[in-house]
Amino acid sequence: MRYLPLTPQERADMLGVIGAASVDDLFVDVPEAARLAGPVAGLPSHASEMAVERHMSALAARNLSAGTAPFFIGAGAYRHHVPATVDHLIQRGEFLTAYTPYQPEIAQGTLQVLFEFQTQVARLFGTDVANASMYDGSTACWEAILMAGRVTRRSRAVLSGGLHPHYAEVVRTLARFTGDAITSLDAQLTAAPDDAAVIAAIDAETACVVVQYPDVLGRIPDLARISAAAQAAGALLICVVTEPVALGMIEAPGHLGADIVVGEGQSLGVGLQFGGPYLGLLGCREKFVRQMPGRLCGQTVDADGKRGFVLTLSTREQHIRREKATSNICTNSGLCALAFSIHLTLLGGEGMAQLAAVNHARAQAMVDRLTAIPGVTLLNDAYFNEATLLLPADAREVVRKLAERGVLGGVSLGRLFPGHPELASGLLVTATETVTDEDIEVFARELAQVLEGVAA
Amino acid sequence: MSGLNAAGWRPAMNDGGEAAAGPATASGDRGLMLEEPLIFELGTPAKCGVDLDAADRAPVQGLSRFLRKEAPALAGLTEPETVRHYTRLSRQNYAIDLGPFPLGSCTMKHNPRLNEKMARLPGFADVHPLQPQSTVTGALEVIEQLADWLIRLTGMASVAMSPKAGAHGELCGLLCIRAALDARGEARDVVLVPESAHGTNPATAAFAGFKVRSIPATATGRVDLDALKAALTPDVAGVMITNPNTCGLFEPDMKAIADAVHAAGGYVYCDGANFNAIVGKVRPGDLGVDAMHINLHKTFSTPHGGGGPGAGPVVLSEALAPFAPLPFVTRDVDGTVHLVEEENRGDGHDQAFGRMVAFHGQMGMFTRALTYILSHGADGLRQVAEDAVLNANYVLRACEDVLTAPFAASGPCMHEALFSDAGMAEGFSTLDVAKGLIDEGFHPMTVYFPLVVRGAMLIEPTETESKAGLDRFIASLRSLAQRAQAGDDTLHSAPHFAPRRRLDETLAARKPVLVWKGDAPAS
Repeated sequence: MRYLPLTPQERADMLGVIGAASVDDLFVDVPEAARLAGPVAGLPSHASEMAVERHMSALAARNLSAGTAPFFIGAGAYRHHVPATVDHLIQRGEFLTAYTPYQPEIAQGTLQVLFEFQTQVARLFGTDVANASMYDGSTACWEAILMAGRVTRRSRAVLSGGLHPHYAEVVRTLARFTGDAITSLDAQLTAAPDDAAVIAAIDAETACVVVQYPDVLGRIPDLARISAAAQAAGALLICVVTEPVALGMIEAPGHLGADIVVGEGQSLGVGLQFGGPYLGLLGCREKFVRQMPGRLCGQTVDADGKRGFVLTLSTREQHIRREKATSNICTNSGLCALAFSIHLTLLGGEGMAQLAAVNHARAQAMVDRLTAIPGVTLLNDAYFNEATLLLPADAREVVRKLAERGVLGGVSLGRLFPGHPELASGLLVTATETVTDEDIEVFARELAQVLEGVAA
Repeated sequence: MSGLNAAGWRPAMNDGGEAAAGPATASGDRGLMLEEPLIFELGTPAKCGVDLDAADRAPVQGLSRFLRKEAPALAGLTEPETVRHYTRLSRQNYAIDLGPFPLGSCTMKHNPRLNEKMARLPGFADVHPLQPQSTVTGALEVIEQLADWLIRLTGMASVAMSPKAGAHGELCGLLCIRAALDARGEARDVVLVPESAHGTNPATAAFAGFKVRSIPATATGRVDLDALKAALTPDVAGVMITNPNTCGLFEPDMKAIADAVHAAGGYVYCDGANFNAIVGKVRPGDLGVDAMHINLHKTFSTPHGGGGPGAGPVVLSEALAPFAPLPFVTRDVDGTVHLVEEENRGDGHDQAFGRMVAFHGQMGMFTRALTYILSHGADGLRQVAEDAVLNANYVLRACEDVLTAPFAASGPCMHEALFSDAGMAEGFSTLDVAKGLIDEGFHPMTVYFPLVVRGAMLIEPTETESKAGLDRFIASLRSLAQRAQAGDDTLHSAPHFAPRRRLDETLAARKPVLVWKGDAPAS
C-alpha cells in the first residue's frame, strides 16, 4: 500500500524489539469478542490512485458545477473569482500539513498569518480585535450570542427576520438546550428591513440583537439606529455579515456601533465547496477580549528580543479551563483563514473597494434586465450584490425549471423559509464579478420563457 | 536498533547556539533562515495583485446613505510580492511534509495529494450548497458513500455528517443524548467525564447544558469501573469516554462500562479522536457505544492546515439515530440519494433535534476522506491500525530504559506511547525535552497531557513513519533523555536553531497585542 512505509521484514524486526510474537499480541487489551478476525466485511479492498481517481471523477461529473452554467445563487455562500496564487500558496506543505501552532518556535509562519488575518478582519469589520477563526458564519453567530450573554449577564436574544434562516435555525436549536430565550422575528416581503420591529423587541432582559448586514433578502439595515436603541437598553448589537465583499462598499459595522461582528469568510479565497469547509469570522470591542471564544494569536518577543507570535489568552479555552471555558471549539478553520488572508492581501483596501463596486454594478445589470420581464419586480429599496425579485409564480417551481434549462437561477424563498407560503413568490438572485452580460441575457431569456410556461 | 546511535546523527550541540549562529548580518536574514515583515509593513491599500474590471455604474440611489467614507485600511501587495511573503513565512513552519510530527492525540499522518486533487475537481469545489438537488446528485452520493463506510467501520446504525470538527461532533452527540432523554421525559443533567479526558469533553458537556462529574483513573491508567458505577446516580445522562484513552491505552472494561451506564438509563459517548488505533480491528458499536465522533482530519488524513478545517461526523446507535440533526442525506430503496431538510423532515427525521450548521458540513473534507478510504480499502485500513500500534510500541520499548513510562509494565500501548519527566535531573522537565527535539529537527510530542501523568509526553508516530525515520527520532529522544538526566544546562535555552528562541507567553497574555497597530518592527 502506497501510504505505508513498513516492509514485512521491518514489521517482524520491530515485533522482535518489542518482544511480541505477532501484531495481535499488541491488541491484548481488546476483549477477544470485540476483535475482528479480518477486514470489515462487505467493503472493497485497496485501490490504485488511478482507480480511485476514476471513481471520484465520475461522481464529480454528476454535479453541475457553477462555472459551467449561468450562475446567480448566493444566500450565504458566494461565487467569486479566486486568484490562482491563493490555491497554490495554501497547498504549500508547510501550511497544509502543519498542526495548530502549539510550538511557536517552529510555527511562526502560521502564527504570523493568524496575526495578519486578525488585523485584516478587525479592519474590515471596523472592530478593535478579531479572533483566529471559527467553523463558519452560522456557528460564529451562536458563539457571539453566548458571548453577549457572558458580557451582559442576560440570556435573551432578538433575531432579525433578515437573519439567514439556517443561522436562525442553528441558534434556535442550540438555545433550546442551553435555555437561552430567543425571539426570532419572521421574514417579511418589505422593501426595507425590519429595523423598527427589531428595536421594538428589545427589552430590559435582552442581551443582544442579531442583525444581518446586508440581510438575507439583500436589504441593508440601519445599524446605527439599531445600535443606539440596543445601547440605550443595555443590550449588544451583533452584526452578521455573510458577504464580506459588501464591506468594500458599505460602511464597516464596527464604525456604526456594532459591538460584536461575526461573518462568513467563504467569499474570499475559500470557494463554494458545496457548503464547507467555510470560515467563521468574529471581531469585537477590545473590552470583551476575555469573553471571546476560539484561538487568539498575540504578539510577543523571544529570548533574543525578536518579535514573534504565540497563541495567547488560552485561559479562556477548553484545554486549560475545561468545563469553564468560553467555548468548546478546538480545531477551527486555519487553512481557510490563510486563503482569506492571501486573497485580501492580493486585493488590498482599494482593490476590495473596486471588487465591491464591480459586484454592485453586475447586480444592477442583472436586476435591470430581469425586472424588464413582465410581472417581475424588485423588492429592495437598496441592495449590494443580491436582491429579492417578486415573481408572478411560485419561485420554487421556477428555480427547478430553470435548472432543467441549465440555468442556476437564484434561490427561492420557499426553499429558504419552508412553511412560509406568504414568501413563495420571492426569488433571491445574486451577481458577482464572475457573471457576464451573456449569462444575464441567458438567465433573462429562460426566466421569461419559464414564466410564460407557468402562466399558460 | 539501527546503525544510527544515541550519540546522534547530527553534529554534537555546542554551547548555547550563539557561536554556531555566526556574525550578525545586515539584513537580519541568515542564509535560508529568512525574516519576514508583516503585510502592513510591506504593502499599502493602493497596491493590488488582481486585475479588476472597472465598475460601469454608479451605486443605486438607495445605497448612497450606507456607503463607506473611505476604502478599508487593508495592505495590498502585487502578485510577486504576495507569493514571496507567504512562501517566506511558510519556511518558518514545521510540517508533516518535513518530518515526524508525533503529537499524541493528533494523528499527524501523511496527507496524500490525491485527496487534494480530488477535492479540487470543479464538480466538488465549484458547487453551491443551495443548488437544486437535481444538479448535485454526485455530491450527495459522496456524502452517502462516506457515511456508509463510517457506519460499517464502526458497527453503528447511523451517522450525522454535518459537524465541523471533533468538538462540534461531541456537541452533536451530547445533543442527541439530550433529545433522547427529552423524548423519554427525563431531565438528567450530569455527564461523567474521566479525569484523563481531552479538555473539549468537559467543555462540550458544559456547552450542551450538562454538569460535569469527574471520574478518577486507576493506577494502570484506565477508567476506574467501580468509581464509575458508584457515580451512576439517577441524574446521570451519560458518560464521555475516550477509547483508546488519552494514555494511549485500550479500555478493556469498555463493554462493562457501557452495560452499567445503559442499565442505569444513561448513554455512552465515545471520543473517537484515537480511532486510528483500532480502525478495521475493532468496531465501537460492538462495545456498546451510543455516539462517537470521527475526526476525519485525524484517522482519515484530511490535512490539519495549521489548525483546521477538520470534520467531525458522529456515528450513532439505534437508540440515538432518530435524533440526528438536519440536513441528512439518505439513500432510497431505488438506490438514489436525497436530502432531508426542515421542510421534508417528516421523511423519517421528524425527531431530528434541529440544525448545527448553515449547510451540509465539511464537503471538502468528505471528498478527501472518501478518497483516502477508497485508496486504503477495508484491508488497508486494518493495516493502518496495526502499523500505527506497532510504531508506537516500538518507540515505547526503545525508550523505556531512559525515560519513565508510567504504564509500560501493564502491557503494550495502542497508537501512542506515554512517558513522564520522572527521573530527570533537578530543574529539568518535559518542556526541555520538547524544545530539545526542535533543535534535533523534529516536532515535539504532546506535552503535559494527559493531566493524570505529571510531565506527560505523549508520542503518536502514526503508521506513515518508516522504520528508518523512527530510528532517527528514537536516537534523538534517547539523547535528550540522557541529557535531561545528566542536567545538561544547554537544554534550558533550547531551541537554538529554530526561527525563534523560546517566546515570552506571559508578556503576550499580560499585555495582549492581537492586531497590528502600526508599531515599528522590533527586529
